[in-house]
Amino acid sequence: MKHLLQRVLFYLFTAWAAITVNFFIPRLIPGDPVQALIARYKGQMSSDAIASLYVLFGIDKHASLWSDYLKYWKQLAHGDLGLSFTSFPTPVSEIIASSLPWTLALVGITTIISFLLGTGLGVIAGWRRGSWVDGLLPVTTFLSSIPYFWLGLVAIALLAGPGSYFPSSGGYEPGLVPAFDSYFLSSAIQHSILPALTILISSVSGWILSMRNMMVTVAAEDYITVAHAKGLPERRVALSYAARNALLPNVSGFALALGFIVGGTLLVEIVFSYPGLGFQLFRAVGAKDYPLMQGIFLVITISVLVANLLADVAYLMLDPRTRKEG
Amino acid sequence: MTIPTSSIDQVIPGQGAMAQPEIAPGRARRRRFRFFANAKSSIGLALLGIYVLFAVIGPWVAPYDPSARSSELVQPPSSAHWLGTTHLGQDVLSQLLVGTRGVMVVGLTAGVVATVLSVLIGVTAGYLGGPWDDGLSALSNVFLVIPALPLIIILTSTINNAGDSVVALVIGLTSWAWGARVLRAQTLSLRRREYIEAARATGETTWRIIGFEIMPNLTAIIASGFIGTVIFAVMSEITLAFIGISSSGTWNWGEILFWAQSEQGLAQGAWWWFVPAGLAIAILGTALSLVNFGIDEFVSPRLRNAGKTRVKTASGQTVRMRVGFTPVLARPPSGGAAGGDPDGGDTGGDTIVAEAAR
Repeated sequence: MKHLLQRVLFYLFTAWAAITVNFFIPRLIPGDPVQALIARYKGQMSSDAIASLYVLFGIDKHASLWSDYLKYWKQLAHGDLGLSFTSFPTPVSEIIASSLPWTLALVGITTIISFLLGTGLGVIAGWRRGSWVDGLLPVTTFLSSIPYFWLGLVAIALLAGPGSYFPSSGGYEPGLVPAFDSYFLSSAIQHSILPALTILISSVSGWILSMRNMMVTVAAEDYITVAHAKGLPERRVALSYAARNALLPNVSGFALALGFIVGGTLLVEIVFSYPGLGFQLFRAVGAKDYPLMQGIFLVITISVLVANLLADVAYLMLDPRTRKEG
Repeated sequence: MTIPTSSIDQVIPGQGAMAQPEIAPGRARRRRFRFFANAKSSIGLALLGIYVLFAVIGPWVAPYDPSARSSELVQPPSSAHWLGTTHLGQDVLSQLLVGTRGVMVVGLTAGVVATVLSVLIGVTAGYLGGPWDDGLSALSNVFLVIPALPLIIILTSTINNAGDSVVALVIGLTSWAWGARVLRAQTLSLRRREYIEAARATGETTWRIIGFEIMPNLTAIIASGFIGTVIFAVMSEITLAFIGISSSGTWNWGEILFWAQSEQGLAQGAWWWFVPAGLAIAILGTALSLVNFGIDEFVSPRLRNAGKTRVKTASGQTVRMRVGFTPVLARPPSGGAAGGDPDGGDTGGDTIVAEAAR
């Protein structure tokens, strides 16, 4: 439990660091973006909204940095991430709330499938070292070197297009209303197959490779030889003895790789115009919509932290050594 | 974007495979080029050499000015334009050649920045220990957990008109954490070794111990960390150009893809527009990964492909090699240099010799 508590404290610290970084980034912007915005929306903005933007951007010359910082935290505590520039006057939190489920579903499902598939193949490749499976390694290296977004482009060019089953953009059929009915869900699944496949192909090879290397290392341990010598079936030695121990670094690697995968997924969403956070970030970057960018960064970071915490709990359950009492 | 491909950190703990170079004096000369004899690393280095060559001569050998427009719009490859033209009649091959330099320069610069930082932070944390270690480890863990790509996107788009050097700096400053973590772990295990204790006992200064006793033993890890960072930097830079954040004016493969995507190159079936740039990226990434595998296998021979698993022994039997062996592919010298069997897994008869960590 002490271990878990330490991890929780660490994630809280990281969240604080990310929020602080987020607070300082807009202070790098030259000029006065708020003035530009006010000029663009003459008279449509309430004075409250203007004040909130000034805190967000730190251009209020009268306030000290410290009081700005406190005000920023107070806004965050109320869930106020500012107003989006592009879809003015929608609050950033509303835009994020509508696109977060798309990203969570896409990343969550593909990451889990890719982890299971890659780890399984890695076990086989590591155990059967020297067989034909080794021939797969250069192929996976090549696949993992392809940028996610380019694979997406090729997938669209080859598989999507007029008359094809796979749509090339969007998250669901235009005209459907998002709801949990069969029409909407089947359309959403149809739209997510290509992006999911793209992410799967790019990310699976990393798992294969790291699991293979761990298997090769573990397979040389004495207890494996002992298990062989006891006459245990090959399958049992491979799975219960070698794979179980080789899995541990892969689980902690899972937590670390998550940041990379989320980054890649954002790009896939951009290519497929998938209505998730990545696509919103793309639009925000194009329109210099700073509040939206910051909000998205914050939400992504915190989601990754939560996922990391889950991976830590999984590690705790797999590795008895971390569970010792006292 | 990609998961770090090097696995050095996973292989080393407990084994210390790289710290036992028991090379007999007579064989030292032959082993010097061992790294290049590995097929993976030599292919990787050769490919990398080609990229460096084009990074240097690219702008001179490019047949056209990459930004010059012409009347041949979106033409497929022909003898005049080997890789076709864009929506403005620009030559794709020239864009690709001219773009190589920017990609390589940003990748290498970011790699150097990140490597220097990771060595400074990782080795200091591992060697000094105590509060230094706690603080620096916490710092690198924070950078590891925060998703790098969104941070890089936001930072570069906030800094207006970020040029190549700014992009390289931002990538370098955000991607050192992985290397620092691996280096810290290895330094931690090195600093309790006897030769370090001996150096400390003879009164060598801390900086001399770090610089002359520890650093040489970290070379392989530093090299593989550098290459991993270069891969990440190249990908990030191309990504930035692809989403349209980076200074216009300098060509870069991501920029080619940006125009191909935004000008409907896909819908027009203009494969020559986006396939070459993507392949260039993928082959560069593969080349770097291959070099990294070469380093991994150089350091930890167990990871080498075992080659044939069915081996005919000298006594005429056929033995299937099982996991746990590192076969000797070359015939051992008659002097019996085969040595012991540190893995304790040699059950395959006296003709198969397991050799570890050479």
